[in-house]
Amino acid sequence: MSEGNRPATAMAERTWPRSLTEVPYWVFQDEEVYKAEQENIFHGPFWSYLCLEAELAEPGDFCATFIGEQPVLVTRDHDGEIYAFENRCAHRGALIAMEHYGHAKDFTCVYHAWTYNLQGDLTGVAFEEGINGKGGMGKDFCKAAHSPRRLRLANVHGLIFGSLNNDVPQIEEYLGQEILDRIERLLGDRKPVVLGRFTQTLPNNWKLYMENVKDSYHASILHLFFTTFGLNKLNQKGGIIVSENGGHHVSWSAINREAEAASHYKDQKIRSDSGYQLEDPSLVDSFSEVGDDITLQILSVYPGFVLQQIQNSIAVRQVLPTEVGSTNLNWTYLGFEDDSEEQQLIRMKQSNLVGPAGYVSMEDGAIGGFVQRGIAGASNEFATVQMGGDQALSSESRVTEASIRGFWKVYRAAMGFSIEEEA
Amino acid sequence: MDALNLISRSQGFYVRAIDDGPIEEWPEFFTDDAFYKVTTADNHSRGLPAGVIWANNKAMLKDRVSALKDANIYEPHAYRHMLGQPAILEEDRTGATSETSFLVLRVTGNGPTDVFASGRYLDEYVFIDGKALLKKRIVVCDSSRIDTLLVLPL
Repeated sequence: MSEGNRPATAMAERTWPRSLTEVPYWVFQDEEVYKAEQENIFHGPFWSYLCLEAELAEPGDFCATFIGEQPVLVTRDHDGEIYAFENRCAHRGALIAMEHYGHAKDFTCVYHAWTYNLQGDLTGVAFEEGINGKGGMGKDFCKAAHSPRRLRLANVHGLIFGSLNNDVPQIEEYLGQEILDRIERLLGDRKPVVLGRFTQTLPNNWKLYMENVKDSYHASILHLFFTTFGLNKLNQKGGIIVSENGGHHVSWSAINREAEAASHYKDQKIRSDSGYQLEDPSLVDSFSEVGDDITLQILSVYPGFVLQQIQNSIAVRQVLPTEVGSTNLNWTYLGFEDDSEEQQLIRMKQSNLVGPAGYVSMEDGAIGGFVQRGIAGASNEFATVQMGGDQALSSESRVTEASIRGFWKVYRAAMGFSIEEEA
Repeated sequence: MDALNLISRSQGFYVRAIDDGPIEEWPEFFTDDAFYKVTTADNHSRGLPAGVIWANNKAMLKDRVSALKDANIYEPHAYRHMLGQPAILEEDRTGATSETSFLVLRVTGNGPTDVFASGRYLDEYVFIDGKALLKKRIVVCDSSRIDTLLVLPL
């Protein structure tokens, strides 16, 4: 073979800087790199978020989603189990299901009515025997050999992850205990309820969004809302957890009342400190989400998943590349089954903080585009990510780019670039 | 004036406030206890409650305006709203419910005119002192996707 292997080979001909503090701009611009990512990352030994278990509550519920560009179908069958398989008819390649979320007793491809059960087995071929003994499939045609490829699946506290690769490690090993603990903190033994789903199309490469998610350095500088209302001052108690392999991260902070009075921001003359006030301050009224003091927890799982707590705004974000310079960001806003009416109201109000019109997230929709446009003509230049050193390690300070370095550490290895020789 | 006239007049000035300014006038088209939400047809048909923008009083709308003027960072851009004729669904002397389709074009920076959103307003108006004020406006965008960000209201 194979057409598919060519980009991977070509990637070894590219040189990546030895230091984790340099990121070459061509990685956000190059069509060949984008194609190789589909193979090496999205079809590679990694877990991608698919949907919530809660979105497949009943047998027959399905979700048509993607891993990278690859369409996949996630279902719940009558045995109560969740299944996932490529959303591509084994016959001539048409989508098996088109609706994003739906309910079905089986799936029939609209093109030639080939039929699949909820587990993705090919169960029916129209006119398989031909008509009046003429035409039809050959006698050696075996339906079982023509089912769409099944995914490996993992359920982490109601988050369904899938992989197209058989060499992917067990999810517990993949995430590591610290990341698992932080997912459990927010979702463990709780029953999420979907409050809304929105897709934001970003005018930039998907990795620029992931860098932004992992960048705790920017949060209180770019986003005025955070700082003004004490949602995320860098001087709050908090920290960064970078997983052992570097790929996943958690940025968190907790209420620290003494730090509120401190004047670190004024000293830095950063735009964020403006005395801006709300006419309806109930927007930032909140309750302890799970009984602790943590008010912010941004958690990412390599390659493209985010679980977010910003006060009582809980959401998952799925990052899906659509082109080199275009990305779909799928937001799912969550509440929980046992939320009181008052808690529901707080979640509704705080939905204004996030999403495409979010007071603290709208800038993230645009900033990637500013970079994508800014680096045009600079393919041979590098971004510099030196805040907090040159390693990809956990730290108590959030004035660090450690988790960005971690992302690139996993990425450059997965892509098979040659690492620059030591000088 | 009849409901169609009152609502048409109000909506004409509503889009003018957003498209041509001053944007500070936009909250004044609502009652103090108004409900305003921007959502998508998919969320609306599934009965999902959250919005891209969600407000249950006029103060929250004023906060939207001061945030877009003083807090949030984005590339300068402008809308042009094209509204259809309102369909008056129910009316009496105190108010009316209506639906109006919209198309919003957006120009960002020195870029081209792009189609940003199409959809419909699901409205409840009250008539006070010869003016139609919004007690409830649900903005239902046809597409599930929002390009880049939504700063100015719809």
